[in-house]
Amino acid sequence: MQYITDWCLLRQHVIVKNGQRVFEDNSADFLTNAYKHLEVAYPKFYKMDNLSKLGFVAAEVLLENKKLGEIADPEAIGVVLANRHSSLDTDARYFETIQSFPSPSLFVYTLANVMVGEMCIRHQIKGENTVFIFDKYEIPFLSGYINSLLETGAAQAVVGGWVDLMGSHYEAFLYLASHLKTDSSIIHDHKNIQIIYGKPDAGSEISDH
Amino acid sequence: MENLMQDLKSQIIDQLNLQDLSPADIGNDDPLFVEGLGLDSIDALELIVLLQQHYGIKVANPEEGPKIFHSVKTMAEYITAHKQAA
Repeated sequence: MQYITDWCLLRQHVIVKNGQRVFEDNSADFLTNAYKHLEVAYPKFYKMDNLSKLGFVAAEVLLENKKLGEIADPEAIGVVLANRHSSLDTDARYFETIQSFPSPSLFVYTLANVMVGEMCIRHQIKGENTVFIFDKYEIPFLSGYINSLLETGAAQAVVGGWVDLMGSHYEAFLYLASHLKTDSSIIHDHKNIQIIYGKPDAGSEISDH
Repeated sequence: MENLMQDLKSQIIDQLNLQDLSPADIGNDDPLFVEGLGLDSIDALELIVLLQQHYGIKVANPEEGPKIFHSVKTMAEYITAHKQAA
């Protein structure tokens, strides 16, 4: 059996972790203010594109005070995410610079996988990482994919979820899944994910054992 | 030269998104890479763009890069020499 021990959601100027609202900011600088709120000294944050900033902040909230090394080896921790717009927000910004001086620092973010790379560098994650592009968050497929990684031993822990950004629209939902069962963990299945993602009408009550 | 170095510090901060730094944090002789500001290879490309965008100077020989971009002072010296030559 696989369990979700932690999860977080960034949506509409609010950050929720494990069901508790931990940050709210209604300004246009939501991500930068969230980064400052976390009091993380990581100057590279300012160089990232907006998708990577979103993923970075979400991973920071999810893994705050978490010792990943005690859960699994770095090589056995995976990241499996999906989104709708891939890196299109940055692709468009880069395209604008082509008219005058193509920006090298924008060019390096014209792949959605770079967002995962930033998370992996920050948290020393070295296992399988994948970004799927879907019209919407395909929870049954993605939870099944993550379960297969955990059940076959390809990974011992996985950061999964949905990180999507385009213009002023953003939404990040991350969770940590592993064999670890705690007092507050819930079973890693698509119904539970649908509930904590924010669509309680999609499933029954959360099952925790 | 002093004004040019001040301008360069602001332009570097702006171009490289070094939002946690102010011009006063960057010494004229501080190394820009590795042990100094910790810039990386992508930043080096951005500095080449900066020279072209703001000063109309193209770095023709990439091997000159480490010498030109060693510090704000070496950048200013390179700009001054090539502006005069133009």
